[in-house]
Amino acid sequence: MDLRDSRQAQLPARTVLTSADIDRVLTRIAYEILEANKGGTDLVLMGIPRRGYPLARRLAAKIAAADPTVHAEAITGQLDVTMFRDDLAHQPTRPPYPTQLPPSGIDGKVVVLVDDVLYSGRTIRAALDALIDLGRPRAVRLAVLVDRGHRELPIRADHVGKNLPTAAVEKVRVRLAETDSPALDEVVIEGTA
Amino acid sequence: MTTAIPAKPAPADSPKLSSTGTYLLRGASLLGKEQADLLIRDGVIAAVGQGLDAPEGALTIDAHGLVALPGMVDLHTHLREPGREDAETVETGTRAAALGGFTAVHAMANSNPVADTAGVVEQVYSLGLKSGWVDVRPVGAVTVGLQGERLAELGAMADSRARVRVFSDDGMCVHDPVLMRRALEYVKAFDGVVAQHAQEPRMTDGAQMHEGEVSAVLGLPGWPAVAEESIIARDVLLAQHTGSRLHVCHVSTAGSVEIIRWAKERGINVTAEVTPHHLLLTDEAVRSYDPVYKVNPPLRTESDVEALRRGLADGTIDIVGTDHAPHPSEHKECEWAQAAMGMTGLETALSVVQATMIETGLMDWEGFARVTSATPARIGRVATQGRPLETGEPANVILVDPAARRTVDPHKMATMGKNSPYAGLELPGMVRAAFFAGHPTVLDGALNGPRAAAAEETPWIG
Amino acid sequence: MKHLLSTLDLSYQDAISILDTAEAMAAVGEREVKKLPALRGRTVVNLFFEDSTRTRISFEAAAKRLSADVINFSAKGSSVSKGESLKDTAQTLAAIGADAVVIRHGASGAPARLANSGWIDAAVLNAGDGTHEHPTQALLDAFTMRRHWAQLHGVPSAGTDLKGMHVAIVGDILHSRVARSDLWLLKTLGAEVTLVAPPTLLPFGVESWPCKVSYSLDETLETKPDAVMMLRVQAERMHSAFFPTVREYSRRYGFDDVRLDRLDTLGMDNTILLHPGPMNRGLEISSRAADSPRATVLAQVSNGVSVRMAALYLLLSGESSSQRTPQEVSAQ
Repeated sequence: MDLRDSRQAQLPARTVLTSADIDRVLTRIAYEILEANKGGTDLVLMGIPRRGYPLARRLAAKIAAADPTVHAEAITGQLDVTMFRDDLAHQPTRPPYPTQLPPSGIDGKVVVLVDDVLYSGRTIRAALDALIDLGRPRAVRLAVLVDRGHRELPIRADHVGKNLPTAAVEKVRVRLAETDSPALDEVVIEGTA
Repeated sequence: MTTAIPAKPAPADSPKLSSTGTYLLRGASLLGKEQADLLIRDGVIAAVGQGLDAPEGALTIDAHGLVALPGMVDLHTHLREPGREDAETVETGTRAAALGGFTAVHAMANSNPVADTAGVVEQVYSLGLKSGWVDVRPVGAVTVGLQGERLAELGAMADSRARVRVFSDDGMCVHDPVLMRRALEYVKAFDGVVAQHAQEPRMTDGAQMHEGEVSAVLGLPGWPAVAEESIIARDVLLAQHTGSRLHVCHVSTAGSVEIIRWAKERGINVTAEVTPHHLLLTDEAVRSYDPVYKVNPPLRTESDVEALRRGLADGTIDIVGTDHAPHPSEHKECEWAQAAMGMTGLETALSVVQATMIETGLMDWEGFARVTSATPARIGRVATQGRPLETGEPANVILVDPAARRTVDPHKMATMGKNSPYAGLELPGMVRAAFFAGHPTVLDGALNGPRAAAAEETPWIG
Repeated sequence: MKHLLSTLDLSYQDAISILDTAEAMAAVGEREVKKLPALRGRTVVNLFFEDSTRTRISFEAAAKRLSADVINFSAKGSSVSKGESLKDTAQTLAAIGADAVVIRHGASGAPARLANSGWIDAAVLNAGDGTHEHPTQALLDAFTMRRHWAQLHGVPSAGTDLKGMHVAIVGDILHSRVARSDLWLLKTLGAEVTLVAPPTLLPFGVESWPCKVSYSLDETLETKPDAVMMLRVQAERMHSAFFPTVREYSRRYGFDDVRLDRLDTLGMDNTILLHPGPMNRGLEISSRAADSPRATVLAQVSNGVSVRMAALYLLLSGESSSQRTPQEVSAQ
C-alpha cells in the first residue's frame, strides 16, 4: 500500500533498491521468466496499475531483447483490479484504470502478473478474479519487484526482485520514472526507527 | 368547540392582570420618539405624560428602552377556520397575531365553506370574539365560492353582525373585467373595498415560481410579472372609471409599483399592500427546491424587492399585509410542484419590516405605525384600531424591544403552521407586550391571557 | 460526490472523473463476461414516476454489470398513484435498505428533495426530473462527443475535454431537461454551445445563459458546428401555440434530407448528429439523417450504460458515509 501523503515524507527513510539495483533485478527476472517458460512463446505480461504496468513494459523489453522472436508491445497488457478488490466498501472511492489486453488475448497463454510490492496478497487475489473474467490462461505466474512479507492469503510469487523483511508499521515506497515525480527509480522503507 | 392547541406557547396559567383594569407603561418611547408614560384604564388610554402617578391597583410595566406603537392591523390573514382546522384555527391564529404585535386581523374568505354568505362571516366573527386575542374582521368573498362567476351577497355580509367592509377572492383573481367592474361599483353602497388578488389566470396556468433566470435554470413553470401588472393596470383604470375604492393585495413586482404610482398621481382611489416576505426574500431561495419558499405571488428578484421597499417608504404602497398562510406539514413535505403555496407571517412580520425598512433607514417607527396600523385600519374601516397614542383613544397598544434579536424557530410559534421561510434566520425586534382594548394579551414577550368575550355589538365600526 | 442531481453543480474534475471511469467501464461491455463484482451486495432502486423504458433498462444494465441487486419500482399503478407521498416512498426504500435510488420524476426538483430532505440516506441519481435536468444523458452525450473529438485529434479520450468543440442543440429548449444538462456540462468541458429554437421554445431569460442563441437552424449550420444535437418534440407541445403546425416546425427546425446534404456541401465531413431518443422520424429528424453514418444514436445508447456504471460506481463504491471531493479521490 502506498500512501502519497506529505506526512509520510517526514518519516525517516532508508533506500533499499537504487535505480541501478532495480534495473539489475528486472534483468534477472526477465531471464527467469524466459527460463521458466522455456522461451518467449505464448508469454503475456499483465501489469497491475499503477506501477506494475511500467514494470511489465520494462520486463517485456528485456525479454524481447533476449529473444528476437518476441515483440515487446505484443506481449504486454494492463490489468485493472479495482473492481475486484475486497475492500471497496471500506476505502475511499478509487477511480478504475483501463484494462488493456495484448492483441492475441490471454486464452491458452502463460500470463505473468507483474506488480511492484507483494504484501497481503489481496491485490493478487483480485487480479486472479479479474483475469478469469477476461479469458482462460494456460497458467498464471507472479512477478514482483519487492516481497515484503505479511501475507494474509495463500499466495506466493514465482519471481521476486528482492525479499524485504519489514515490520507492519513500516511503509515500502516504490518510485518509478514513468509514474512518479520526481522521475526516478528507487525503493525506500519509511517509518524505521 | 374543541380546537387543537399546540403545547407552546400557551398563555400563563394565571395571567397577570390588574384588578382595576389599570396599567401604567413607564418610560416607553412613543412611536420611537419622546419618552412618556401611558396610563391605560377601562380599555382606553386614560393619560399620556411624564411621571404619571400609579393609581391604586394599577399594574406598572417598565417600558424603558421599548417602543410604544398602536397595535398592528393585518388586512390579509388566513385563519383557515372553518374547514382546515388542521392547518390553523381562529384561536391559534389569533394567538399568533397577538404574539406578533397585532390587535386586529382580517380573516380571508377562502375557508371551507367559503366566506361568501352572512352565515359564514358571522361564524368567523363569533369565533374571533370568543377567542379574545385580537379583533377578527372577516373578509367576504367577492364571488360565490371564489369561482369568479357571479357576485356573492356582498350587501348581506356588509349588513351582518360581522359588518364586512373588505371583499376579496384572495387566492383567486376576479379576472372577468365585467364582474370586477360590478363589484367595484356595488361595494360603494356600504363604503366597501375590493381587495384584488392580481393574477391573470391563463398566463399563470401551472405556474410554480417567478418567471426569470432562476425558473429557467430550475425548469419550473414561470409566473411572469406581467400576469400581475396587467391585472393591476386594468383594475386601476376600472377604479377610475367607476370612482370606486380598490385595494391591491400583495404587490410583488417593480412594474406593479410603477403602475400604482402612476394611478395615484392621477388621483385614482387605490391602495396597495406588500407582504413582509416580498420585502426580504428573492427567487434565489427556490434553488433549494424547498417548498417552504413556495408562495403566491411568488418570490421575485432583488430589483423587485428594492422597488417594493422604496414604494413602501414613499407611500406608493400603503400597507404591510402578512398573507399569513399556515399549512399542515404534509403539504410542504413533498415535491415542489405538489406543495401548497403560502408561508406563515404573523409572528415574524414586525421583525422582517424592522430589518428591511427601519434598519435600512428607509422608514422610522412612525412610518411603521402608519403602514402596519393606521392605514390598514382605515382601508378596512376599523374605527377602534390604528389610532394615535393619545388620551381618550382605544387602548390597542404594543411595546416593542427594537434591540432584541432572536433566531426564528417555527416550533416555538403559536401558529400551527411550521412553514416559516425564516426558520434559522436571526431577526431583530420582539414584541414585549400587547394591549388589546386595554387588556394585556401579551406580557414579557409571552401570551398572557385573552380578553373576556365582550358584548358582541361593540360600536367599533365607523 | 454523494449524489448526482444536476450537471450545473458538477465540477470539471468530477465530470472528467466520471467520463474517464466510463471509458474503463466501456471495455467491460465488449468482454465475454460483462460483469464486475464492484457493487456486490449493494441495492440499487430504480424509482420511476414516469415511464421511460430506455433510461430504466440502461440503469438496470449498468447496475447489474456492477453486480448490484436491482429493484425496479414503477410508481405507476402502485400505491404512489394512490396518493402515497414521496416522503413515504423514500422511507419505504430506506427501510428496504436501498444504497442508491435512481429517480425519474415529472416534477422538477424531486430528486433534490429526495437527496436533501433527510427522508433517506441513500445516494440519489437523477434520471430526469420534469423540465430541470437529466445529468446522465448529458454525460453520455459528452462521452460520445469526447470520443469523437479525441479521435479527430488523434489522442486517447481519457483525461481530455471538449475545448474548442462547437455544439448546436436544436429544438424545444424550454421544456428540455436534456438541453439544460447538456449545456451546463458542455460549457464545463470547454465546448461552445449554440441553442437553436423558435423564440416560443426558449426559456425566459435565456440571454443570460452561457451560450449563443439562434432562431435559424440554417444559419447555425453555416457556422459549421462539430456536433448537432436534435431534441425530441413532445406531442403535447403541438397544441399549446408554441408553433403553428408540426409541418412548419419540421420545415424550419427539423434535420431533414436537404440539411443532411448541406453538411456535405459545406464540407462538414466530421460533424456528428446526436439524438437522445426516442426519435420522431420525419419530424425533428429525417429517417435518412437518423440512419446516416453521422448519427451516433446507437453509440449514445451503449455509452449510456458505461456512463451510468461509472456514476453508480463512483457514488456507491467508497465508504458510504463520507463525502469526498475528486481531489481526495485522485489522491488515492
